[in-house]
Amino acid sequence: MCGIVGLHLREPSLEPRLGELLTAMLGQVVERGPDSAGVAVYGDPRLSPPGRAVVSLLGVTPEEVSTALPGAGVVAADATTVVHAELPVDELLATIATALPYATVIGSGEGFAVLKGTGNPVQLAESFGLAGVTGYQGAGHTRMATESAVTPEGAHPFSVGPGQCLVHNGSFANHATIRRELRAQGVRFDSENDSEVGARFIAHHLDRGADLEKALRLLCERFDGFYTLLVSTADSFAVVRDAIACKPALVAETDAWVAMASEYRALDVLPGIEHARIFEPEPEEVYVWRR
Amino acid sequence: MAALTEAEVVDLAASSVRDLNQALHAPQPAVSWRVLNPRGAHSVACGLKDEVTVDIAGHVGYYCAGMNQHATVTVHGNAGVGVAENMMSGTVRVRGDASQSAGATAHGGLLVIEGNAAARCGISMKGVDIVVGGNVGHMSAFMGQAGRLVVCGDAGDALGDSLYEARIYVKGTVKSLGADCVEKEMRDEHLTELAELLKAAEFDEDPADFRRYGSARQLYHFKVDNSTVY
Amino acid sequence: MDSDKGRDQGKDTVRDTGMDFASHGLRESATFDRATIHAIQRAAATGVYDIRGWGAKRSLPHFDDLLFLGASMSRYPLEGYRERCDTDVVLGARNAKYPLHLDIPVTIAGMSFGALSANAKEALGRGASAAGTSTTTGDGGMTPEERGQSKHLVYQYLPSRYGMNPDDLREADAIEVVLGQGAKPGGGGMLLGQKITDRVAGMRTLPVGVDQRSACRHPDWTGPDDLTIKIGELREITDWEKPIYVKVGATRTYYDVKLAVHAGADVVVVDGMQGGTAATQEVFIEHVGIPTLAAIPQAVQALRELGVHREVQLIVSGGIRTGADVAKAIALGADAVAIGTAALIALGDNHPRHDAEYRQLGSAAGYFDDFQDGRDPAGISTQDEELAARLDPVEGGRRLANYLRVLTMEAQTLARACGKAHLHHLEPEDLVALTIESAAMARVPLAGTDWIPGAVR
Repeated sequence: MCGIVGLHLREPSLEPRLGELLTAMLGQVVERGPDSAGVAVYGDPRLSPPGRAVVSLLGVTPEEVSTALPGAGVVAADATTVVHAELPVDELLATIATALPYATVIGSGEGFAVLKGTGNPVQLAESFGLAGVTGYQGAGHTRMATESAVTPEGAHPFSVGPGQCLVHNGSFANHATIRRELRAQGVRFDSENDSEVGARFIAHHLDRGADLEKALRLLCERFDGFYTLLVSTADSFAVVRDAIACKPALVAETDAWVAMASEYRALDVLPGIEHARIFEPEPEEVYVWRR
Repeated sequence: MAALTEAEVVDLAASSVRDLNQALHAPQPAVSWRVLNPRGAHSVACGLKDEVTVDIAGHVGYYCAGMNQHATVTVHGNAGVGVAENMMSGTVRVRGDASQSAGATAHGGLLVIEGNAAARCGISMKGVDIVVGGNVGHMSAFMGQAGRLVVCGDAGDALGDSLYEARIYVKGTVKSLGADCVEKEMRDEHLTELAELLKAAEFDEDPADFRRYGSARQLYHFKVDNSTVY
Repeated sequence: MDSDKGRDQGKDTVRDTGMDFASHGLRESATFDRATIHAIQRAAATGVYDIRGWGAKRSLPHFDDLLFLGASMSRYPLEGYRERCDTDVVLGARNAKYPLHLDIPVTIAGMSFGALSANAKEALGRGASAAGTSTTTGDGGMTPEERGQSKHLVYQYLPSRYGMNPDDLREADAIEVVLGQGAKPGGGGMLLGQKITDRVAGMRTLPVGVDQRSACRHPDWTGPDDLTIKIGELREITDWEKPIYVKVGATRTYYDVKLAVHAGADVVVVDGMQGGTAATQEVFIEHVGIPTLAAIPQAVQALRELGVHREVQLIVSGGIRTGADVAKAIALGADAVAIGTAALIALGDNHPRHDAEYRQLGSAAGYFDDFQDGRDPAGISTQDEELAARLDPVEGGRRLANYLRVLTMEAQTLARACGKAHLHHLEPEDLVALTIESAAMARVPLAGTDWIPGAVR
């Protein structure tokens, strides 16, 4: 169980404030998830310099990465180390797999980074340097672990495809079976986490040519349980809820941004909230905003 | 007529919700209150038990006016989950929209939502009157036992599922009816009742535009014929 | 277990018919035994599932499979009477202004007025107060009888919210948020029409005589993240005066207890599958949930890992019968236990003197579980005025107080034998197990070995 926040900026002049706003939003959902947190950010030049492949890693130190990948850019962010290089993403991933086989990849792509850690989310945001992050889109998660352990890998967002990111509030009921099905099709998992199954399912369908909306509709058909999902890619920002829709979800929209959160107080920190259109997503309806 | 008194002002940017509720619970509290900067805070003005008036200038989080007795609480904004949950008496008015489970399990009093209410409005209602100016979401009046729900807009899926004796009036469309909920005849006593509720809510609507829904009472006893519903 | 069936079969055949089936080559199927045949034919006849009371009846690894290591050359016992073995417990000191101070670590579990008669609720209140412990309301709300008699009253906050109101909430000494109970984790309350009298219906805001359908989830929150906010609201309404308990039926107990603590629980109540109910589907009772023995170490581990063992108290229920059960539950790490079924038996449920009447109802003393019908000759689980009048609340209270005192003294006896000056000084290392299953579930070694089977997280 947990708190979700998401922000999709439409107004370029707000991009310098992305991290500041995400930090403020995250701070309002700490009580929902006090034991770990994660954020995905799109377009920050320090974490993901333009034109370079970016891979976010857990389980390695910045020193180990610098040693194993001389010449790569290395950014330290609490438990996460972000690596960027002037290579195609596939190549960078392959290089890492060889040079740092024990590292866990928690995000990859261009112009995209994922930061995760354990501990109090407010402190994590600080050690991530989140307030200084800039960019056009971000998603964050504060976690109260339900059926699995508290580890950085267990925090959301789950990013299992280039630039993809999934944040989940709720509890799937039949994910063990879906995990087995995906494993049988060659998909590999990093954790025993139910949310990771959702992310892998979507990535699997996106890989086979489905668009985000279709992938989410397929998820609604296949997955049982209670869920509010925030899913993003490099050019889209989507929200969907299960048919029963017990887990909270609020969307606020202005000309300058679209935001999503588990509780209103996380949206209240945004500039222009007093004029925003605020609504709750209907069950099993996929809402997508595109860049 | 009571003398006009100045409202007690509490700014939640400076005070805590705890301090506010503590003051509201004190013996013989001030008669009228104004709460500033709620900014989505939870449990604002809950557990009130005196005839006080509380005006909240902004949006509130979950459970505003929870278990309200005798007080008049107005939210000048939106309300989060469970506004006026388990209210016993008094009046709660939301000028904006209400999130899920508005008026859940409430036994009495009047809850007015001028905007829309989300899913499960009036879930398990036990005698409260709820009047919604806009729409209500799915599963509204689920297991509604007593009281009246009036919807001036549309109702979502599964309205009145597993309904007991609560009465439902809807002006707009009903996406679907829940188990054991059926449309019923509008008789004079219903038009009168509805007119009273609309007047109490201060909505200018014509009762003749509404339809009535209630329990078919087929699920009142476990029967094998109903097994598909189970 | 197979051996049990064989024994029963022999007994019944001789008693009932005088004929020895076995020597005539007749053998009962273990899979389709007579009870199963009866169940299938009942389903075929009625088209409705079987509903009954009590908890799981099947034989399960339980406290009987554990033994205490008493005094020895290296451990010395305490003298009875003179050398103190204290039994008091404080519940809910973490956040509440007024925690509960109980004289004994045995409380009365939540049981509803509706399921039970008003006289029964009053008797429970009287007995518990005499013994210095608490009672708990149930689905349906607080009765003046119980509040009047009960020195410490825990008010249950259930999915149905029948009868829930802030006046009673403020009158309560503690609030117990119920997610589920051991008999039916994931099921809501059930009360059939024959017990929904004018009074019960009035309290629950239901039409008289309906078969009550109950919600299984709370109406305005789902999940520990939203429970956190709900607990906050309950504290605000009651000005942070009262301890908040969270009760779960035993399933994924390790995670549930952690989440309950994260959500703000001051006390966690874990009810194993042997926990009783007044009315639920037979399949639910027997096939959902885990034994109490398997739940306790999970709960204690969760509390220890969060550093709150003994700070957030653990109450365990589900098949507590004797002072040995009490002592063993505490030794495994519980702060207190709750009794439900046993309390009713103390009041007179299933007493042999009612045997003739039980037989008229198609049952027998020692077998009666049809509490849902409301025709209980002991006057406990009924709303019929005549039957209910048979239970004298004062006498019932006396019997319950006697039983609670015996439970306490038995537990003290065992604790003193282990050299403990307080029941809470009992520890898992004071126990060994008789079977592999119980050793694995209770996480104590098989007697005579230092083997605890199974991986521990």
